[in-house]
Amino acid sequence: MTTKLLEVNNLKQYFPIKGGVFGRTVNHVKAVDDVSFYVNEGETLSIVGESGCGKSTTGRAVLRLDEPTEGDIQFNGENLLDLNKNDMRKKRKDMQIIFQDPYASINPRQTVRQVLEEAMAIQDVVPKADRVDKMMELLDTVGLGSHQLDRFPHEFSGGQRQRVGIARALAVDPKFIICDESVSALDVSIQAQVLNLLKNLQEQYNLTYLFIAHDLGVVRHISDRVAVMYLGRVVEIGEKEEIFDNPKHPYTKSLLSAIPVPDPSHKQERIVLKGDVPSPIDPPPGCRFHTRCPFATEKCRDETPELRKTETMTGTHEAACHYMEDIEAGRHKAAY
Amino acid sequence: MLAESTVQESMTKPSNPHIENAKNIFKRLKKNKAAMVGGFLILLFILTAFIGPFLVPYGAGEQNLVNKLQGPSAEHWFGTDHLGRDIFSRIIHGMSITLYIGFFSVFIAAIFGVVIGIVSGYYGGKIDTLLMRLMDVLLAFPGILLALGVVTILRPNLNNVILAVAVFSVPAFARIVRGSTLAVKELEYIDAVRALGAGDVRIIFRHILPNVFSPIIVQATLRIATAILTAAGLSFLGLGAQPPTPEWGAMLSDGRNYIFDAGHVALFPGLAIVVVVLAFNIFGDGLRDALDPKMKS
Repeated sequence: MTTKLLEVNNLKQYFPIKGGVFGRTVNHVKAVDDVSFYVNEGETLSIVGESGCGKSTTGRAVLRLDEPTEGDIQFNGENLLDLNKNDMRKKRKDMQIIFQDPYASINPRQTVRQVLEEAMAIQDVVPKADRVDKMMELLDTVGLGSHQLDRFPHEFSGGQRQRVGIARALAVDPKFIICDESVSALDVSIQAQVLNLLKNLQEQYNLTYLFIAHDLGVVRHISDRVAVMYLGRVVEIGEKEEIFDNPKHPYTKSLLSAIPVPDPSHKQERIVLKGDVPSPIDPPPGCRFHTRCPFATEKCRDETPELRKTETMTGTHEAACHYMEDIEAGRHKAAY
Repeated sequence: MLAESTVQESMTKPSNPHIENAKNIFKRLKKNKAAMVGGFLILLFILTAFIGPFLVPYGAGEQNLVNKLQGPSAEHWFGTDHLGRDIFSRIIHGMSITLYIGFFSVFIAAIFGVVIGIVSGYYGGKIDTLLMRLMDVLLAFPGILLALGVVTILRPNLNNVILAVAVFSVPAFARIVRGSTLAVKELEYIDAVRALGAGDVRIIFRHILPNVFSPIIVQATLRIATAILTAAGLSFLGLGAQPPTPEWGAMLSDGRNYIFDAGHVALFPGLAIVVVVLAFNIFGDGLRDALDPKMKS
């Protein structure tokens, strides 16, 4: 029986836009608008979507790096948003984050020793005397040498820095790690190394990942389940195989059709969307995708579709579209 | 075997990485000839301030009315003033006063400016607005006018000059530090330590302060020059160090009356101010280049 380690319900993250002379709040950027999902212990849930769809914001909100506007975040059966500052600080031991930019995610004035020492000191996870041993162990775990302990970040390559970032996250023995585009900034060859490292660590320490990415190839490699986001909402969620082989939402389909297939004889039906992503300040009513969806009708404009399951979906697969059955049966044709 | 032993060696006697880093900065600074000249002059000034007064032939207030307003000679290198005092000796005696004003006022200004700047930049919101508008008010006054006001309210003497100069230097520090803090606090490593559970105090002292330190140092060096100039200006106007203190601004003011008959009385204190200010300025510029954060790549 799998247990849910993290459960996010109706999460909203609105950022105020200040304007005018007195800095009044004139509007909000609705970066994440009513998002719900859960992550089982030991699995990897990926969140995919184009830039600006709220993937990273969701991750940051889960860790309360930004205070969410609304919703609840159950971690290990405890609502994180109910915790006060001090309790939250202690809770942070269990949940860590690995960032996108290996050049910005380590203090350039600290050596690796200081970075790791500080992580352990903040949470006081390891007695002082054992910290050096633990550091050596961590460096070994992430594939760095112990002679690199006293180096500054600028003496490392991007991939090595990302390993330092991983070591820092592991220093407090977390249960749950958010990988916020953690391999996007790396070379493809290094990406594979770091991904495999993450996978090994998951097995070794029984880690749970929330993997935020836009690279579908990477997502396919690492995920157990996938959530597809569009403009602050989850449009489709389910097991990796279901999402990749049996996508239901028109947005997911077009997203997947953009993956290049390394086979020249392969005839691919490329679904090219028209227009740009609407502004999250004033998102379209109803289904947020209706402005670009080839299947959109009046109904899509008026009614917001909920995540639901049809007969042809298996597992935990759900999608938010009014016309899933009709499109599948060919009753509803694309407008372009 | 060989590789193993070198690794062992480097582990048993670790060279302090922070000292290595400082060495690198110094190396870059050494490449800048102008900055090295400035730095060398500053060292010379400091040395002069400490031991100079014991080496010069005349005391600061030693009068010789028979020899008044004499031009430069072997006896009196920079000539004598209207009371027959040796100008060279007085300039050397005045060095410590000038440097004292420069360093001390900037030190006070830096402490207040850095605190205001970091609090403002880090916490933002209403505190930020309040503090920055306060700084704007200070900035709205021309520096010398503000210093004039402060000295007039308090009483013209050396310590109040320092205070006055410090007051008008605070906004410069506050704004630079606020700007740098705003940039640094958005970086991912700040989020990373926050995600680890670090509190505000730790983030400010361990992560923001060290990373905004370079602009502070550069600003301090450049500000010393401004402070010296402003203090000299105040003394020149009679609101700073009072005669017979051998303060250069006051000496310049004395010389003003004889500028057509004995120009050297005003010339040499003026030159002294120029040289010191210039030295601090070119050293500050060189330091900025050497400490530039882009150096890391």
